[in-house]
Amino acid sequence: MIRTPLRPLARILEARARGENPDAIERENLRLRHEQMRDQARLRAEGRLLVLGAAFFCAFVTVGARMGLLAAAEPHEPSAAASTAPIVAQRADIVDREGRILATNMATHSLYAQPPQMIDKARAARELARIFPDLDEEKLLKDFTGKRKFLWIRKKISPEQKQLVHDIGEPGLLFGPREMRLYPNGKLAAHILGGASFGREGVHSAEVIGVAGVEKAFDNFLRDPANGGQPLRLSLDLSIQAAVERVLFGGMKLMNAKGAAAVLMKADTGEVVAMASLPDFDPNDRPAPRPGAAAEDSPLFNRAVQGVYELGSTFKIFTAAQAMELGLVGPDTLVDANAPMRWGKHTIHEFRRKNYGPKLSVTDVIVKSSNVGTAHMALEIGKERQQDFFRSLGLFEPTPVELVEAPTGKPIVPARWGDIHTITASYGHGISASPLHLAAAYASLLNGGERVAPTLLAGGRPQTGERVVSEDTSAKARAMLRQVVQHGTATFGEVEGYRVGGKTGTADKPNPQGGYYKDKVITTFASVFPADDPEYVLVVTLDEPEDRSGPDPRRTAGWTAVPVAAEIIRRAAPLLGLRPEIAPHPDFAVTLASH
Amino acid sequence: MRTVLYVLSALVVMGLAYWAYNQNYRTHEALKETQRLQREIGQMRESLGVLRAEWAYLNRPDRLRELADLNFDRLGLLPLHPEQFGEISKVSYPAPELPPILSSVEVVGEREDTP
Repeated sequence: MIRTPLRPLARILEARARGENPDAIERENLRLRHEQMRDQARLRAEGRLLVLGAAFFCAFVTVGARMGLLAAAEPHEPSAAASTAPIVAQRADIVDREGRILATNMATHSLYAQPPQMIDKARAARELARIFPDLDEEKLLKDFTGKRKFLWIRKKISPEQKQLVHDIGEPGLLFGPREMRLYPNGKLAAHILGGASFGREGVHSAEVIGVAGVEKAFDNFLRDPANGGQPLRLSLDLSIQAAVERVLFGGMKLMNAKGAAAVLMKADTGEVVAMASLPDFDPNDRPAPRPGAAAEDSPLFNRAVQGVYELGSTFKIFTAAQAMELGLVGPDTLVDANAPMRWGKHTIHEFRRKNYGPKLSVTDVIVKSSNVGTAHMALEIGKERQQDFFRSLGLFEPTPVELVEAPTGKPIVPARWGDIHTITASYGHGISASPLHLAAAYASLLNGGERVAPTLLAGGRPQTGERVVSEDTSAKARAMLRQVVQHGTATFGEVEGYRVGGKTGTADKPNPQGGYYKDKVITTFASVFPADDPEYVLVVTLDEPEDRSGPDPRRTAGWTAVPVAAEIIRRAAPLLGLRPEIAPHPDFAVTLASH
Repeated sequence: MRTVLYVLSALVVMGLAYWAYNQNYRTHEALKETQRLQREIGQMRESLGVLRAEWAYLNRPDRLRELADLNFDRLGLLPLHPEQFGEISKVSYPAPELPPILSSVEVVGEREDTP
């Protein structure tokens, strides 16, 4: 570049000759030079800005394009990462307390048709009707030849059926993968498990949703991928549940009952180890509820949870325990038991209009199951305190057990609680509760007096330590129940080595037309074993039992529910790991045997 | 000197390109392999699920009960009864062998009074 001098000699001389100031020339040149420099700098800055702008533009376009791509693209698993997370099934398994499977998933197929792609529609319809006998060939053909572009033929098919359909060779018959819920144990614990069906359905997959029982109550847990396929562990024990169901079924048939329920519960935690309701159903093929038929007679009805019955004399121990807890009586206090007792316009009778009176000790009131003796104790307790006690045992609210049906098992209590209701409620009439209520109340009362809530989850609920009665009252109540089995109304309940204690209850069934049936009863046996060290509570309820082995049909609990319960204890207790103790003396020892 | 440098750098570029392509191919290979493995793992899990379901199905209490009934002659299985609980102290152990008496002095002793 030619650098022009600031003071070019020629121009200065010229200016001097003209008498001008040569400094003006220098300033002018300086200005021009500065202008030139400024232009140059601006150009450079502009160039840099442009480059920078282009770079930023490219960067933002890249980021934006990537974001758009990510948002629009189909999600897929990261294939490069080493997969440590297992590929989880759609729905978690349900297992029992030992981890044995109660419900799991199976991969299977669904069958659908796309009529526009079909070649020989008549043959396809004929062959399908041959493979699936319940499909109607005419109807299929009508569907295939009609306007429909798509139709489901079967929701689930077995691999053999799939092969048979495949062999038809029809391109319009297509298969979609399906995950199916499987209950490998069949009818076992059917009411607890409930069942599952398909929710929203597509060709490639379908939602499996629970429709009843724990499947519905824990639907969100079971479907939550965040659990990583961790199974739902129930408090049930498969082998004990099977034994209980089998014995109960045999007992129901033997006693000519139309239904039966049993609840076996851990006394100190409220965990339900076995719960059965008969008749039952197969959750793999859950029957549709029959319209018209009474809900109570449906096999879907869970008698142990939903069935609220007047549980009869089994309630007497609550009255006796409360009276003892309040210090009104002791086990040997004599109470008035002169029957019949008149209260207003009502007359309270004993069973078969007997009279155990005039005086009975509290223990004998329980052992002989005296209505009048219990009624007198209840009147002394008073209706407010009685209601509070029943409430603390959970007898006024639906059970909090984790079944979707639990809220429907709401106890029926008198709307206005008068003295006559106090009297009848004290021996379990005029107030209805489910067998599970009774089991939880017995567990709370007899485990040492700490309230427990029934639960189906292994490990139980957190213990609140809330007391219903004192340790001492609880022990006295257990001693009374033990005497009922030793020489009271439940002598058939004796199981050698297990020190069963329990209370029978026989209640006439209410007639829907009003009043009570004369020859239809609900019999209940609520028991605890071993009575001196309570581990388990068992409640057995039979609906309309009748023991026809004698000359007259016998319907009392002592002849019907008690032998069934005893057999359940005989079968279940060894499985529960309880060692029979023939002689409960601690100082008794067996000598060493040798050859 | 300069020519050597050019040739060298060209060779380096070719080497690097070969290396980069090689890495690229190997990455693709590895990705394909992981995909195959993951598919295999998925299938294995599926069959594991089926096997577990089958195991549970074969071990269902109803079937075991039937099998026990069918094979009663050979196995003689009955439900567990309370009487079947034993106590360790009731098990008869083989009596320890007594050492031979070598001299009569060894069996002579003082009788202790039992408390």
